[in-house]
Amino acid sequence: MSQDGNQDYHDIPGTYVFDAEHSRKGYHLNMFCMSLRHADNRDAFKADEAAYLDRYPMTGEQRRAVLDRDWDGLLRLGGNIYYTSKLAATDGINFQELAARMTGVSSEEYRAMMLAGGRPIAGNRSKKEWADG
Amino acid sequence: MAEIVAGAAMSHVPAIGVAIDQGNTGDAYWRPLFAGFERSRQWIREVDPDVVIVVYNDHATAFSLELIPTFALGCAAEYQPADEGWGRRPVPMVKGQPELAWHMAQSVILDEFDLTIVNKLEVDHGLTVPLSLMFGQPDAWPCPVIPLCVNVVQYPPPTGNRCLNLGRAIGRAVRSFDRDLRVVIFGTGGMSHQLQSKRAGLINSEFDNRFLDLIAHDPRAAAAIPHVEYLREAGSEGIELVMWLVMRGALDENVREVHRHYHVPASNTAVGHIILENETT
Repeated sequence: MSQDGNQDYHDIPGTYVFDAEHSRKGYHLNMFCMSLRHADNRDAFKADEAAYLDRYPMTGEQRRAVLDRDWDGLLRLGGNIYYTSKLAATDGINFQELAARMTGVSSEEYRAMMLAGGRPIAGNRSKKEWADG
Repeated sequence: MAEIVAGAAMSHVPAIGVAIDQGNTGDAYWRPLFAGFERSRQWIREVDPDVVIVVYNDHATAFSLELIPTFALGCAAEYQPADEGWGRRPVPMVKGQPELAWHMAQSVILDEFDLTIVNKLEVDHGLTVPLSLMFGQPDAWPCPVIPLCVNVVQYPPPTGNRCLNLGRAIGRAVRSFDRDLRVVIFGTGGMSHQLQSKRAGLINSEFDNRFLDLIAHDPRAAAAIPHVEYLREAGSEGIELVMWLVMRGALDENVREVHRHYHVPASNTAVGHIILENETT
């Protein structure tokens, strides 16, 4: 048991709960993403991504995930979706396209899934129900 | 004396704001969603509130990881709609109601709810999309707004029970304000949705419809739902639903359900909406 108490949410598949551990790990990564809320920062980032990232003391792995736009990897490395979505918005990617990329399907497939009622809860409650956890 | 006459809950999906701003509400994709708010716009014109309290969450806009207040109350005279990374929404400046907001802050803090007081706050889609859904596209919002931000981004958010009790304290605060104001409170966010990682797109309409029943008629049962159940059953972002309990707590024990609407999808999200009036009004 950690200082967070009951962490029964770790059994939920395909989900990163943005808890104390993630928040501490992802602080500089998320603060970089936050900076993209301002248009002048978006312009500076687009002009020279590597130089812009030098302003934020994130890990090499986090930096690579930003440059590679490894959307799911960013979350694993401590990113929070409301922050990483600002990087996506800088690329012109909205929440639905971002979700498609994180789940590894085309935008058309993802949109069709949502129109058909979304990803069902049955079979998606527990890691035990997912072959790859 | 001031009184809270009604509450409403609604999702605050950013894509709804984009659809309104770009004039796409009549498209086949959006029409069924907006059809469910026609009655609501008529209703709020008739209620004609003097003030609306909007319970919402900031999405890494005004607050970042530098500062994470669990509950923050806007006491400012006005609030600028924010650029969240894709430009500002073309919506009017939001006017505040500092006299009532400061009264609420003092009242609930002495009632042992230790709110953060905010005098400068850019408001994001969490606040402006509900205003657009209820008021359409006016040149100026028809009444002042008091924002109440709840942290639901950094785990853990406040419990549902804490939110319900804060709502009750807000109800007491409003009723002790010495001016004849008719107040409506919005609880926003939800319903089931997950925006992140491999389970993105999760929708649970059974959970959502049960929650709509509970929020109207058994709020204590809704307040007892633990965080892990929201996360598992309603998706990692579905935990926003605790904010509906602040709205519900501000109303009387017994309420009249005026209207309900549920639609899937808006982008990644199940949209839920309910209007509840105090039976005494």
